[in-house]
Amino acid sequence: MTNNKKKHHPTSFRAQGIVCHLDGNTLHVSGKLSFDEAAGFVRWTLKTVRPLRPERLILELSGLEYIDSAGVMALAYLQNKLGKKKIKTELTGGSESINEKTKLFSPGQRAERPRSYRPGAFEYAGYRLHLFFSSYLMGFLILAANISYWGLVDLFNKRSRRKGEFVNQAVLIGANAALIVVFLSFVIGYVIALHSAGQLRVFGANIFVVDLVVISYMSQMGPLITAILVAGRSGSSIAAEIATMQVTSELDALKTMGLNPNRFVVVPKLYACMLTMPFLIVLANVSGITGGAMAAWVYLDISPGIFINRMEHVLQAKDLYTGLVKSQVFAGLIVLTGSFYGFRVEKGAEGVGKVTTTAVVVAITLVILADSILGVIFY
Amino acid sequence: MDREKVVEVQGLHAAFDDTTVLSDISFAAYKGEITVILGGSGSGKTTLLKHLLGLYHIVQGRASVLGKDLSGLREVEQVELYHQMGVFYQSGALLNSLSVAENVALPLAQHTRLPRELIDDIVMMKLGLVNMTHAFHLYPSQLSGGMLKRVALARAIVMDPPLLFCDEPGAGLDPVMLESLDALILNLKNMLGMSIVMVTHDVSSILRVADRIVFLDSGRVALEGDLDTALKSDHPAVKGFFGVLKHEHIRQIQG
Repeated sequence: MTNNKKKHHPTSFRAQGIVCHLDGNTLHVSGKLSFDEAAGFVRWTLKTVRPLRPERLILELSGLEYIDSAGVMALAYLQNKLGKKKIKTELTGGSESINEKTKLFSPGQRAERPRSYRPGAFEYAGYRLHLFFSSYLMGFLILAANISYWGLVDLFNKRSRRKGEFVNQAVLIGANAALIVVFLSFVIGYVIALHSAGQLRVFGANIFVVDLVVISYMSQMGPLITAILVAGRSGSSIAAEIATMQVTSELDALKTMGLNPNRFVVVPKLYACMLTMPFLIVLANVSGITGGAMAAWVYLDISPGIFINRMEHVLQAKDLYTGLVKSQVFAGLIVLTGSFYGFRVEKGAEGVGKVTTTAVVVAITLVILADSILGVIFY
Repeated sequence: MDREKVVEVQGLHAAFDDTTVLSDISFAAYKGEITVILGGSGSGKTTLLKHLLGLYHIVQGRASVLGKDLSGLREVEQVELYHQMGVFYQSGALLNSLSVAENVALPLAQHTRLPRELIDDIVMMKLGLVNMTHAFHLYPSQLSGGMLKRVALARAIVMDPPLLFCDEPGAGLDPVMLESLDALILNLKNMLGMSIVMVTHDVSSILRVADRIVFLDSGRVALEGDLDTALKSDHPAVKGFFGVLKHEHIRQIQG
């Protein structure tokens, strides 16, 4: 040894199946060196040998009875680590089976991760913008065009429609969503009327709670609440279903059978969503207004009879048409967004989760944007 | 001299609803041998394998793996047993959200206290054994079927398990790739003394690797023995299967 010991370290190590003893510049290793012992062996040896800074270290393995791949790699790891500290290491005394294992598990070259090109901020911004227009926007428009085309064609082509699929999708997207739409609309209608009641009472304008609830529900709240619920419920399910079909090559199978996945998978969902959405919106309107009427009765003493009487004056045909137009636009956006992200899935199970989340977020965003635009148009 | 049994099944029955899938299954797999479980579609191979892997609860009969009775095994004991066995799934079953190296490193990172660098070294060495070091940074979705299988094998053997279960390892591989996979499996047996239980249909694989054959027919063991016993068997199902194998065998000898 070239240096004197500055710190005291035990010269022996015993853990599980392994026993090590440092004698001068020779480390006697005996017993078993496997996954269970490798971590402790490496840590102890480095901690003990490094401060001593010997010129060379002999790893004497004659007492070693068993070694596995972790043991072999631990020895190689030690040689590498000590080599960096200019400590030469030498393996001696290993039995035939130990030497065979050492050869079998010879460490490979540690591969370097290929360096990826990192663009500058402007380049990156330009790339994202280009990607948005060329991939997302164009892709979305092309899909919309394709689905609209097949949606129209299949309206008049009964043979190409899958028997029972429309009813199946209508139940999944529409009927199964009815209860939650009714419940939430009622609660929101009640709360809107409740919060307005205090202010209206101050001005003696109690009766206008009817105008507030009816107009807001018929033109805005009913369609919007319904669309958000359907986007969350059915938009996610559409994206996940199509993404899973993509990952499991079902879509490829459809293509190679000569079937258009848009026509086969998406069009029935589009029909179902477009047909059931107006009914859901009507349910939401009725339920929300009922909730509002109940709050008006409880907090403003406006009886249901007076509420209905006033409602007849407030309600306009335009509000009904607005709701109908919105229902069709929202239905189209929800199905298109779900399908668009479903088709874009990458990387298996994780990708399915990602596109499903994105589809819901984008669908809700688009629905709110479309609602604002239609609100301005039909004002 | 009594050979050490790594898998022992006695009178195993399995049924789903009213359909019996396995009926009175009894066989053993021995240490340092490759035991091939054969049988036609629907013969119960996968159900049997899932029972041995502890994925299905044993309702009737007995099965032990590495000396541990699977019935009534506590969760902790089952996990300990999993540490001692590797499983090579037909589909690869790699986690898609992790890279190749991360997939192979997963058992090491979870079950050992090895330094990160040493884990990386072990991962690269195991990937080297299956010739996949070049793809360590790629994700499963970027790999071909054969590459997926090789990475899956690297993950299955990363902890040097004494027992390896392989479910249709050759499915979907070309003959050259299959031969190299078989050579690798033989290496694991010969060099590391690994015991292997393999479910496969591939006749060339059976010729190359099988020490012992368990032939299932309609949920029952039709034959248990070595390749010669199988070739001489009079059981109609075994005869039907090995009719093809004999022909293949002859062609190999001629080739």
